[in-house]
Amino acid sequence: MLSLVLILIASFFFTGIIIRTKSISSGRKGPGIFQPVKDVWRLFKKGSVYSETTSFVFQIAPVIYFSSVVMAILVVPFGSTKGIISFDGDFIFFAYVLALGKFFSIISAMDTGSSFEGMGASREALYSMFAEPAFFILMGSFALLTGHTSFFEIFSTLHLGSYITYALGIMATFVLVMIAMIENSRMPIDDPKTHLELTMVHEVMILDNSGFDLGLILSTGYLKFAMYGTLIANLYIGELSLLYAIPAFFFIQFAFAVSVGIIESFMARYRMSHNPQFIFALSSVSLLIFLGVLLVLGKFV
Amino acid sequence: MENFTTILNNQTIPVADIPEVNYATFLEMNAGFIISSPERHCVNYFGYPVQNHIKLICCIADDNTHNIHVSSCLVNPSDTLDSFTARHFCFEKFEREIHENFGIGYKDHPWLKPVRYAKNRFDQSKTIANYPFYSIDSDELHEVAVGPIHAGIIEPGHFRFICNGEQILHLEIQLGYQHRGIEQQFLDKKNLLQRSTLAESIAGDTVVGHTTTFSHVWESLCGIQTSRDIEFSRTLALEMERMANHTGDLSAVCADIAYQLGNSVLGRLRTPLINFMQEWGGNRLSKGLIRPGRNQFPFTPELANRLTEVLDAYEPDFVEMNKQLFQLPSALSRFERTGVVSYDDVLSIGTVGMAARMSGLRRDIRSSHPYSLYPEITHEPILKHHGDVYSRVQIRRQEVMQSMQYIRDMIANVPEYIEQEPELGSPEPNSFAISLVEGWRGEICHCAITDNSGELIQYKIKDPSFHNWLALALAVRNNEISDFPICNKSFSLSYSGHDL
Repeated sequence: MLSLVLILIASFFFTGIIIRTKSISSGRKGPGIFQPVKDVWRLFKKGSVYSETTSFVFQIAPVIYFSSVVMAILVVPFGSTKGIISFDGDFIFFAYVLALGKFFSIISAMDTGSSFEGMGASREALYSMFAEPAFFILMGSFALLTGHTSFFEIFSTLHLGSYITYALGIMATFVLVMIAMIENSRMPIDDPKTHLELTMVHEVMILDNSGFDLGLILSTGYLKFAMYGTLIANLYIGELSLLYAIPAFFFIQFAFAVSVGIIESFMARYRMSHNPQFIFALSSVSLLIFLGVLLVLGKFV
Repeated sequence: MENFTTILNNQTIPVADIPEVNYATFLEMNAGFIISSPERHCVNYFGYPVQNHIKLICCIADDNTHNIHVSSCLVNPSDTLDSFTARHFCFEKFEREIHENFGIGYKDHPWLKPVRYAKNRFDQSKTIANYPFYSIDSDELHEVAVGPIHAGIIEPGHFRFICNGEQILHLEIQLGYQHRGIEQQFLDKKNLLQRSTLAESIAGDTVVGHTTTFSHVWESLCGIQTSRDIEFSRTLALEMERMANHTGDLSAVCADIAYQLGNSVLGRLRTPLINFMQEWGGNRLSKGLIRPGRNQFPFTPELANRLTEVLDAYEPDFVEMNKQLFQLPSALSRFERTGVVSYDDVLSIGTVGMAARMSGLRRDIRSSHPYSLYPEITHEPILKHHGDVYSRVQIRRQEVMQSMQYIRDMIANVPEYIEQEPELGSPEPNSFAISLVEGWRGEICHCAITDNSGELIQYKIKDPSFHNWLALALAVRNNEISDFPICNKSFSLSYSGHDL
């Protein structure tokens, strides 16, 4: 329960901080931290317009997309408190419930029949596919290390105590940050600010969505960011008491948002054909984590 | 008698002095000028009605001798002719225009499609909604149609891609949505102020370029010698326009690769330059600054001091930002080997300006047919050889520095303004005048022809974008479709300049 509340709170300011960081680093004042939330609120008050070429898939997809992320959040624990649902192998449930939401957003983009949205859908599907092994090797390694297979048990028994485990923690943070960037279609994979449909990944898929549906999709993005931020925070706050864990959580979320803003300010987006290479490299980092775990457990003969 | 006459930039000659030859000679001669002579190119080839015939006039510029060879030919609108294009592709757009405007047919033109659906086109049954797009029938390929409504805030144009997955096989660019009938309006509007304003509206980002060209044509037709302070203002304004637009384009290129720092810093740097133009002439885009025969806003030593201040503040930031940009690996990986057009291609399609110099083709009117104060500057064009996005942004960066040096040298010695009532007179009757100016995008050519009362009967405009759009279509072939925006921005072509 605690994690759900904290994720909701974090999602309110997360995207606002990214935008504010980008504004400040380019010498501008920028909108208020809560502007993205206000935008969503404005959209929620509007009706949706549906193209005549779309079917019911297009209309139900945003809700499924939103609820898939909410369901994924339910299994995310917070330090030593469980998520609302917790069972063995729940990280697999986590990954595939997200994939279900993504699947619906992809077929809803295809449903519009627009040549742009088909392009975006194929890119998004490709990148998610490449990012999947990295996530599973990472979580699998932690399962091996701790001997448990649920998020809560993995994170609450994960002790970073030796040099090797510090290295593992840093690499795991890197992998999770990058997966979060890919899943949220941020730089350096995708440019959320562009107006050019041909270079978009996620934005081009939602070109036809409007009003309430668009509000749902945008708020899903905010939730997703906060959710991945929580996973990262969980790597570090496992043993802390709530008194320290909650400030640490917000600090980590804040640092995550600021670093996303800084990455987006000071580098160019990758060439589209370099993206798969880059994403695939994440799997190699995950493999390193796996080897590190084997070292820690002394499983090398 | 020779088959052509040779004139210089900004020269007026009687129409009767242009030799009229039969079409076969006309074709052989003009194609012969260009084939295997990269130093020559066609600056304008157009027709205008003479009684029941169409008179074709072809102007070939020679960069080495600084001459322009002009020849003419009388044909019937119902004729079906051998095309120049079959000999050399650089005539392709000109012949399509002649075909569209007068209905002259061509036997062996490979791509006889409408250019811009001009209002006074010959065949009114052809409409922009029924453009004959090239298509490939295949299950593996897909078409992506972009426009005509632009996703951002710029002008309308339609782009039709044929793609194999992410890879572009073919791009066809269809323009004409911005057509306003400028050439016809030059004939309809009799007032000089109206015509000057029209020249300003040809392309909103090349106000100085087009008004200078128009002024040169007009002054040449009227036989006016302009004083040094007028030409000083024009040269200065041309270089300022170049700096401002190049800076803005570098900023926009950064936006297209999602490099926020470059986008915001370079975008900010453009502002003081155009604000200075407002201080000088009351308009940020230099509208109203340049008028035939007169110096509307004399450049004073006080303005020179202000400009020095502006440039002193601009230079360190521009240099530092470019140093950052050209060292950033993620930016370089987007620029290098993206959107390549080879030397042979730019030569054969006849691109001008930056779109020629990027591939090592030396096309720069400032050095080949100097006008205004350029004979004193002895301009050396900046050439690159790879023809990719990187070459185009490098040219911009270096041309900004070059223009800045020219401006600093010029304002060290501001000519005195002598107030005098401009004597405009009236244009010579039965004359032909041509003027070439290197705008920031490339070569601008205006031609004017007068009747026996000195009234304009033809005003022909060629904006650099006229040819350069095809270079963009070639550049994106075999590139990723997601690299199209950066290729497009690196050319930064004008829709209205093309559509007229």
